[in-house]
Amino acid sequence: MTDYLIKNGFVFDPVQGINGDKVDVAIKDGKIVDAGDVTNPTVIDATGMTVMAAGVDIHAHVAGPKVNMGRNFRPEDKLFNCTAGSGIKRMEGGFSVPTVLRTAYLYARMGFGFSMEAAMPPLYARHTHEEIRDTPIIDQGALPVFGNNWFVLEYLKEDEIENTAAYIAWLLNQTKGFGIKCVNPGGTESWGWGLNCEKVDDVVPYFDVTPRQIVSGLIKANEYLGLPHCTHIHGNSLGEPGNYGITLDTLKIAEGIKPQNDFGREVVLHNTHLQFHCYGGESYASKSFESKSKEVVNYINSVDNISYDLGVVTLDETTTMTADGPFEHHLSHMNNLKWANTDVELETGSGIVPFIYNPKTFIAGAQWAIGLECGLFIKDPMRAYVTTDAPNAGPLCRYPRVYKWLMSAKARDDVLDNTLKYGDRIRERCYIGELDREISLYELAMMTRAGPAKTLGLSHMFGSLKPGLEGDVAVYPYNPETDTDDPEKIEYAFGNAAYLIKGGKLIVKEGEIVDMGNKRTFWVNAKVNENPMVERDIAEKFRRYYTVTQNNYTVKGPHFVPNPYVIEVDSTK
Amino acid sequence: MVKIVTDVVCPFCGTLCDDLEVALSDDGKEILEVYNACAIGATKFLHSQASDRITRPRKKQEDGSWKEVTYDEAADYTAKMLVDAKKPLMYGWSSTSCSAQGVGAEIGEEVGACMDNTATVCHGSTLIAVQDVGVPSATLGEIANRADRVVFWGCNPAHAHPRHMSRYSIFPRGFFTGKGSKSRKMFVVDPRNTDTAKMADVHLQLEQGHDYELLSAVRVAIRGEKLPDFVAGIPKEQIYEVADSLKSGRFSVIFFGMGVTHSLGKNHNIDMAIMVTRDLNDYTKAAIVPMRGHYNVTGSGQVWGWQFGFPFCLDLTRGFARYNPGDSSSNDLLIRDELDAVFVLGSDPGAHFPVGSVRKIAKLPSVCIDPHITPTSAVSKMHVPVAFVGVEVGGCAYRMDNVPIETKKVVEPPEGMLTDEEFLQLVLTRVRELKGAA
Repeated sequence: MTDYLIKNGFVFDPVQGINGDKVDVAIKDGKIVDAGDVTNPTVIDATGMTVMAAGVDIHAHVAGPKVNMGRNFRPEDKLFNCTAGSGIKRMEGGFSVPTVLRTAYLYARMGFGFSMEAAMPPLYARHTHEEIRDTPIIDQGALPVFGNNWFVLEYLKEDEIENTAAYIAWLLNQTKGFGIKCVNPGGTESWGWGLNCEKVDDVVPYFDVTPRQIVSGLIKANEYLGLPHCTHIHGNSLGEPGNYGITLDTLKIAEGIKPQNDFGREVVLHNTHLQFHCYGGESYASKSFESKSKEVVNYINSVDNISYDLGVVTLDETTTMTADGPFEHHLSHMNNLKWANTDVELETGSGIVPFIYNPKTFIAGAQWAIGLECGLFIKDPMRAYVTTDAPNAGPLCRYPRVYKWLMSAKARDDVLDNTLKYGDRIRERCYIGELDREISLYELAMMTRAGPAKTLGLSHMFGSLKPGLEGDVAVYPYNPETDTDDPEKIEYAFGNAAYLIKGGKLIVKEGEIVDMGNKRTFWVNAKVNENPMVERDIAEKFRRYYTVTQNNYTVKGPHFVPNPYVIEVDSTK
Repeated sequence: MVKIVTDVVCPFCGTLCDDLEVALSDDGKEILEVYNACAIGATKFLHSQASDRITRPRKKQEDGSWKEVTYDEAADYTAKMLVDAKKPLMYGWSSTSCSAQGVGAEIGEEVGACMDNTATVCHGSTLIAVQDVGVPSATLGEIANRADRVVFWGCNPAHAHPRHMSRYSIFPRGFFTGKGSKSRKMFVVDPRNTDTAKMADVHLQLEQGHDYELLSAVRVAIRGEKLPDFVAGIPKEQIYEVADSLKSGRFSVIFFGMGVTHSLGKNHNIDMAIMVTRDLNDYTKAAIVPMRGHYNVTGSGQVWGWQFGFPFCLDLTRGFARYNPGDSSSNDLLIRDELDAVFVLGSDPGAHFPVGSVRKIAKLPSVCIDPHITPTSAVSKMHVPVAFVGVEVGGCAYRMDNVPIETKKVVEPPEGMLTDEEFLQLVLTRVRELKGAA
C-alpha cells in the first residue's frame, strides 16, 4: 500500500488541538502515522489548502426502501441532471435523491469517509444493505428503527430493560444494524390505525405505553448494552408549530442518565434534525410562528449528555422521507403533492412526500433560519453536527452551502436581504438577526468530523488525524488566510475536495475521483446473556404475526454485507 | 432418509411464499416432493428435474436446427451482438435474482442498451400512476394483522396468486384479526364471475372497461356526494354501501391487478384507485397494493431505481439514464423498428408480447437466457439455459410489497450448467474486452 505525506497544509484537528497550523500528515498502511514514520511516501502538496480528517455524517437517508421509493416515484428529480460515466465513474442521476453512485461520488467530493443511514426498517434490512453494498468508496452503517416495534412496546410497557436489550441485540445481529433509532415513538404504531402520538405522555392504542416510556427505556437499554452510538431520537410532533415544549420534554427524559460504554461516547441521547423540533407559535403564519431554537439549545447547553444535528433547510425543492408515517400524511395535506406510505408489520412505517422549501414563503425562510440558529447557539460544537437530514431539509449536495451560512454572517445576511421574500419578518420572528457568530474552521471540524465520530462511538477510527486512526484525510482548496473575503469560496472548496484519502487509498486526486476504495459496512454485534423468554417471544411472533419465517429474516453476510466491519460489545459481564 | 429442506422461498409469483418444504432424495440430488406450495410453485420445483431439460447453450442454424455450443461461445456471441448493436434491448429481468440484475445493469451501461422489465406489459402503468400521485401502502403482514376490509379489483388471486388469500389477505388470524376470514369483509370488483369473485361478500360485476368511472364513483360516494342511478352498470345504492363499508372499517386495503392496469384507462385507473385509498385515509386507515406477477419483477425495479433512478423503460443509449415510457418501452421500440438486437433474460416476451413485437424479435439478432424452452427461445438465435434461481441457486428477490427475501438453493444444477449471474459475468468480461479493443 502506498504511503502518503500531505505537506504544508493548514491542518484543523480539534481532537489534537491543531488549529490551522502547518503540520505534515502522514499515512502508512492505511493508518495515520507520525510524519517521521513514512519512507518514500507519495507527497501531496497542500500548500494554501485546508487539511482535515475525512468527514463523518451522523444522519442522512441515502440507502434503503424509502430512499429508493423517493427515486422511483420522482422521475422529475432527475430532469437535466443525469450524467454519463467518465473515467472509472459510472452514470449518475438525481438531485434530492441521488442514485447510490452519485451519493458515493458526492460524499467523496465533499471529503467524507463515513455516513450513517439514519433509518432502516428491520424487515427491509436486506434492501438497505444491497444499496449500501452498491455505494462505493464510503464506509456506512445503518440504524434499525425501534420506537414502534411491538417487542419494544410490550417490554417497555412493563419497563423490562433487560428483555428490551436482549431483543435489540438480537435484532442488530439479524439485520446487521449499528444502533438504536427511534422515530416518532409510539406515533408510527398509532398510524397503523390512522392515529398519532403527539405528546410524550400520549398513550399508544392497544399497547398502552407512552412515548416517554419508550424513549426512556431505549436509552436505558442502549446503555445496558454499552453500544458505541447512543439512542438516536426523532421525537414526537416533528414540524408542528409549538412543538419545542415536546422536544424539551423528550430531552429531559435523559436527565441523570450516564453513558456506559467503552468507546469514549459522552452522550446518551442524540436528537436528530433539531431544526424541525424547535418551533413556537400556533400556526405556520408569520403572525404566530416563532423560533424557539434558543430555548432548546440553551437547555442542551446546560446538560452534558445530549447531542444533536441541525437539519438545516436549504431552500430547495427536495423529497421528504421518514419513518414518521403520520407526519408525512399531514405534510401531503399541506402541499397536496404525491404521497407514498408503507407501514411495516410489527415494526415501523414510513412516508415520502416531495417538498418545495420556497424562499418566497415566510415559513421556509423561518425554517432556514432556525436550522442555522441551532448551529450558532451551541456552546460546545462537539455536540452539534451539521446535517440537512438529507434529503428532508435539503439535498446532500448542499452541505457546503450550509457551511457557508454557518461560517459567514455576510452570507446569511445576503439570503435574508436578497433571497428571502420575508427576510425582515424572519429577523423578527426568529433569532437569526441577533446572531453574528461565525463558525470557525476549527469548530467546523468539530461539527462535521470529530463530534459525530465521537457520538457514533467511532472516535478511535475517524474524526481526527491522530496517529493510529484510519487514514481518512480530506484536503480542501481553501486558504484560511487569504480566502476569507468571499463566502462563496467556502461553498466551492468544501464541495470540491482537492484530495481525499480513504483507508489509505487515494480516492480523489486533484479533484477527480480515481479509485472506488474499499467500502465497508459497519455493524454492531452485541453479546447478551441467554434470554429464553425473549427467544420464545421472537419465535412466537414469527410463527403467528410475521409474513416471513424467522429463518428467512436473517440478513446473511456474504451477499448483503460482503465487507463487514464488526464492532463487538459484550454486556454479559 | 428423505431430507427435508425448510424455509424454502418459492420463485414463482410476487406472493413469494417463504414457508415451503422440499423433500430431497437420500443423496440430496433430486427433488421428490414440495410441501406447502401451490400447484404452480410445486410444478416449478419439480419441472427443474425434467430429464429432457436443455443443459447447454444452443445456437440456431440457418436451416432452423439447433447446434450445441459452449457457454464461452454463447457469451462471446452475446457480447459481440450487444457491442455491435447501436440500440440493443435488454429485456426481462423479472425471474432472476437481484445480483444477476445488478450485473445486467452494468452490461447495459457498458453497451448503451435500452433496458426494460416485465412491468412494461404488467404493472408499468402502476409505476406511472405512483409517479403521478404516490401510493399509500403497507406490507402484507400489516394487512394480515389489521385489515378488515379487503378489495380485490381486477385481479384473481384464486388462480394467479393462489396462496395470497390464505397467507396474507383473507384467512390469516392476525394480531388484531383473530377471527381470520370472519373478521374481514371481502369485496371483488371484476366483470367476470371468477373463483375469487365467488368467495366475495360483495361482488361488483361492473361493465368491462368502466373501472375508472366506478373508482371515481366510489370517491364521490366516500365524500357523500350525489351519484347517477347506475355507474358502470352498478346501482348507486350498492356503491354507497361499499363506500360506507370501506370508510367504517378499521383498516381497508385494495389489491389490484391486470384487470385495471391494462384495460381502458391504464395508469389513470390506478391514479383513481390510489386516490380512493388516499381519500379513505381521511376517515380511517387504508392501503393499496399491486398484485405483482413475476416473483422478482419488483426487485428489478428496485435495483434499477438505486442504480439509475427509474424502475423500468430505461434508455441508456446516450450514456446516461433516460426514462420515457411510450418511447423507451420495449413494445414501442420493437414496433417502431428502432432496435437492432434483443437480449432476453428471466421472462418470456414470446408468450406475453403482441405477435407483431414477437415477429420483430424473430428477425433480429437475439439471445434468450432461460432454463426452459419457451416461445422466446424458439424465435431467438441463441438460447442459453441456466440454473433455476430459487431452486438451484439462491439470491435476493422482492415480494409484491417490496419486502426483500433471499431465495434458497435446494439442489445442485445439472453438471456444468452456469447460473444466470455467472453467465452475465462472462458476458460483461467479454464486453469489456471488446470495448477495450475498439
